[in-house]
Amino acid sequence: MEWDWNFVWQILPTLVEGVKITILATLLGSVLAAVVGMGIALARRSPNKFLSRPVGFLAEFIRGTPLLVQLYFIFFVLPDAGITLAPLVAGVIGLGLHYGTYTAEVYRAGIDNVPRGQWEAAKACNLSAPQTWTRIILPQALPPMIPALANYFIAMFKETPLLSAITVLELMNQAKSVANSSYRYIEPITLVGVFFLVISIPSVIFLRQLERRYSGRPGR
Amino acid sequence: MGQWTGYIGLILDGALVTIQLTLMGSILALAMAFVAGLARLSRFVAARVLATAYIEFFRGTSIFVQLFWAYFVLPFFGIALSPLQAGILALGLNVGAYGAEVVRGAVQSVGREQYEACIALNLNRWQSMYRVILPQALLVMLPTFGNNAIELLKATAVVSLISLSDMTFQAQVVRAQTGNTLVPFATILILYFAMASAISYGVRGLERRMARGLDGVRT
Repeated sequence: MEWDWNFVWQILPTLVEGVKITILATLLGSVLAAVVGMGIALARRSPNKFLSRPVGFLAEFIRGTPLLVQLYFIFFVLPDAGITLAPLVAGVIGLGLHYGTYTAEVYRAGIDNVPRGQWEAAKACNLSAPQTWTRIILPQALPPMIPALANYFIAMFKETPLLSAITVLELMNQAKSVANSSYRYIEPITLVGVFFLVISIPSVIFLRQLERRYSGRPGR
Repeated sequence: MGQWTGYIGLILDGALVTIQLTLMGSILALAMAFVAGLARLSRFVAARVLATAYIEFFRGTSIFVQLFWAYFVLPFFGIALSPLQAGILALGLNVGAYGAEVVRGAVQSVGREQYEACIALNLNRWQSMYRVILPQALLVMLPTFGNNAIELLKATAVVSLISLSDMTFQAQVVRAQTGNTLVPFATILILYFAMASAISYGVRGLERRMARGLDGVRT
């Protein structure tokens, strides 16, 4: 079987439909992961052991099990408990929760990297807890986190094909359905690979720039 | 309750396939990590370019796409792989690309004075790499390799989508046969977590063993 350009042009519009869903899922998943990660990081820092321990264990558990199985769990098990989710919603929740456990580690490392003296200085200046966080700690902790966070968002983007397993019509699923109806696998699957390379190579270059910009001394 | 023992047996059969995939994938990944990681540090431009292309390609596309490509597209080039072979190949090459960067970083993290000492002792390149640099670099690599092995274990779930009967696939079979969703999926989640914990426990033990006698060397 040979590479057929006519076939490529014919299936391209279908694949572009899938690309839109892929990008949408990545964006929504990233936002959710950023928020969930912050929640986990703060809960694990909590002095209340009944909060920090279970959250810590849950995060370890989610990080130690495959995203695909978590997606199945959300999509197939939750409906038995009366929670029925649309495939895309289930997918975004799965991505957000899974990568939230990774971003939580980024936040934790970023916050731990703020020198102790800063906390003490904030206390000496009689700042309240919210003031300490928003004025002193986060402005110093956030910039060094940006490259690490971006790294995980790119990783998440590459995991979106898993959503095809729970019937989300993203790029991989469109490619599979095209391949199954025409019995041609070379073009659709290769195009999916090319698409991921086309997005991820520039994003790696972008990431290097982020690292150069935000590495070293945290911004003031 | 009696009916479940049969189904649990099915899932345990799948667990064996998952363990097999993880082990064989890890061996391939380890080999690729050292080959590509050291090639990136090579004196020869061709080796560096090849290694960089390999690493960027496999890190830039997702494991899922690579697996499908290995299973559905390679046959058209005359290379027909069984699902298990395609799974091991894709997992090993993918995780190997991540491992290669770990090898490179760890080798580069060994201090300059160690290289200078090797030259002073008149060791050749192979000797200094094998006797001096790698033993120290290995310890730096180990924790990240452990994480990579866990990532590989998690990625094995994807092979269920090319009809390989691993744990995730068997859970789907049980779901289809019983209509129960909670039991099979909760079971495999716990099994995956147990395997991941076993890996991280093993790697930590290995790390302690290898760190023995290196106290003064590491800064």
